Amino acid sequence: MTADLRPASPGRASTRPSSGSPRAERPRRRGRFGVPLFLAAVSLAFLAPLLLAVYASLRPYEETAEHGYFSWPERLSFDYYRQAYTESGMGKYFTNTLLIAVPAVLITLFLASFVAFAVSRVRIRGGLVLLMLFTAGNLLPPQVLVTPLYALFLKIPLPWWMSDSLTLYDSFWALILVNVGFQIGFCVFVLSNFMRTLPKEILEAAIVDGAGVWTQFWRITLPLCRPALAALATLEFTWIYNDFLWALIFISNPDKLPITSSLNNLRGQFFTDYNLLAAGSVLVALPTVLVFLLLQRHFIAGLTLGASKG
Amino acid sequence: MRGSRSVPSKAAGRAGRRGPRRFTRRDTIVLGVLLGIPVLLEAVIVWGPTLASIGLSFTSWDGIGDIQWVGGKNYESLVDNYPAFWPAVRHNLLWIAFLGLVATPFGLLLAVLIDRGVRFSRFYQSVLYMPVVLSLAVVGFMAQLLLGTDQGVINTALGNESDPIDWLGNSDLNIWMMMIAASWRHTGYVMILYLAGLKSVDPALKEAAAIDGANTRQTFFRVVFPTLRPVNVIVGVITVIEALRAFDIVYAVNKGRNGLELLSVLITDNIIGEASRIGFGSAIAVVLLTVSLGFIVTFLVQELRGARDR
Repeated sequence: MTADLRPASPGRASTRPSSGSPRAERPRRRGRFGVPLFLAAVSLAFLAPLLLAVYASLRPYEETAEHGYFSWPERLSFDYYRQAYTESGMGKYFTNTLLIAVPAVLITLFLASFVAFAVSRVRIRGGLVLLMLFTAGNLLPPQVLVTPLYALFLKIPLPWWMSDSLTLYDSFWALILVNVGFQIGFCVFVLSNFMRTLPKEILEAAIVDGAGVWTQFWRITLPLCRPALAALATLEFTWIYNDFLWALIFISNPDKLPITSSLNNLRGQFFTDYNLLAAGSVLVALPTVLVFLLLQRHFIAGLTLGASKG
Repeated sequence: MRGSRSVPSKAAGRAGRRGPRRFTRRDTIVLGVLLGIPVLLEAVIVWGPTLASIGLSFTSWDGIGDIQWVGGKNYESLVDNYPAFWPAVRHNLLWIAFLGLVATPFGLLLAVLIDRGVRFSRFYQSVLYMPVVLSLAVVGFMAQLLLGTDQGVINTALGNESDPIDWLGNSDLNIWMMMIAASWRHTGYVMILYLAGLKSVDPALKEAAAIDGANTRQTFFRVVFPTLRPVNVIVGVITVIEALRAFDIVYAVNKGRNGLELLSVLITDNIIGEASRIGFGSAIAVVLLTVSLGFIVTFLVQELRGARDR
């Protein structure tokens, strides 16, 4: 645990293949071809479902119905993507997801970094207990929280301009709140481990100069945490984007569903047309895959930095 | 609450044992507000509902009418005459065993092979952890695409369109398909964690073992693996917690029915189903909670020890 939490490691050590080091290049007696072949085969098997989904989504239903999926394509087109996007209102669901995920990620990171700061840098009394409560909270199965939260959210009124259901239930606020509450534990855990590794002297110097708690937090500690925050932002966005359960429970109006949960509805519409369903699935998967490909370094740093996500 | 309550006492005891740190009035307000909000959120969203679930599990409630205390009756009927309970427990255990005995060791194997340094290891890594960013809901839909009876890719590949194997409908087969699909993600996740762990193993240890005449296998099992203990603990906890949380994928496929019963599904069914039986659903949640807490506490104890060492 301690080893992979050094501030130097995020994004650097974990993504760089070790083949760069000369030590690794020495010839081996066994497995010279076996290992690369094995890895190539496994990689292909891992990619296959994705590639097949993409392939299926590009071909018309009639063609695959007649010749099966393992046939040479006569015609490839993006028609199904256009159809999936326009006819099912996916644009709306994507917007819903953004309206939920962006505030949720920002609030989570802000609040969590302050708790982490208080626990690891100010070292308030009872900090360790606090840390444990937050960490354990993130590991609980979400279903344990669902019932009372459902009952609670139904009872909390909101003004009409905040929620057209007039309650917290069936509003984006519910999803933002529950995502923040549930994810904060993970971020506190990661960030407090990270902050512990920052040099104490910087903070001490600032205290001598008369910096208050807020300055120590906002101006001195947070800028040093940028790599960890970037990693967590990537990771949290992916998780909140992928949320399925919370939206299923706390949203009743199908128009308010975030994209991942709306797939369930799409399936109803596309029931017989697997190629269309494939296009829908690929579209839903696309943003997180893109985030992963573009921010791979941060994403992996986030996972190894925390290493406790349940 | 603890954190914010400890602040004033700390400020009052500024001449106390813990050195020259003192808080101004403003510091106290900043600490109180910025710790108070997240602590309140954690209490309302996570720990309050958890306790409420335990309380509700001893009651009979339909979510609207009166709450009636029924003692252990929910638990009795859960064990004695709820036909889905024991299959769900069995499936959850099977899920833990499968992830723990198949997916996790496989992830470790991949990490070890990649860490030895092969060509294109960067590419293999990216491909192998790509599934980690997909939501299990999307994985569930892709599984339908691959395993469906009409036009499913696997059945087409096997050439048995006339008499297709019902991979997802057959209640003896489908749980295995789901576990394989879940492993697709889990393997990559485990691999990242082990890769990070392996990179932090001191190469001198391996060299010393080699000088002592240990072969690759001996070096790994007697030298490298024991130093990975902290990673092993984390991977173990993640494996169990993920297995207990499994929900999205089976729910996306057939709402967790017909051979795919899991505790998480039963809870959801009892709450959002037509006959909402909140007390009963909570009893199932408490069963799930009890099992999870065992592992969470183990993990926290480990963490606490780590924190003391720091």
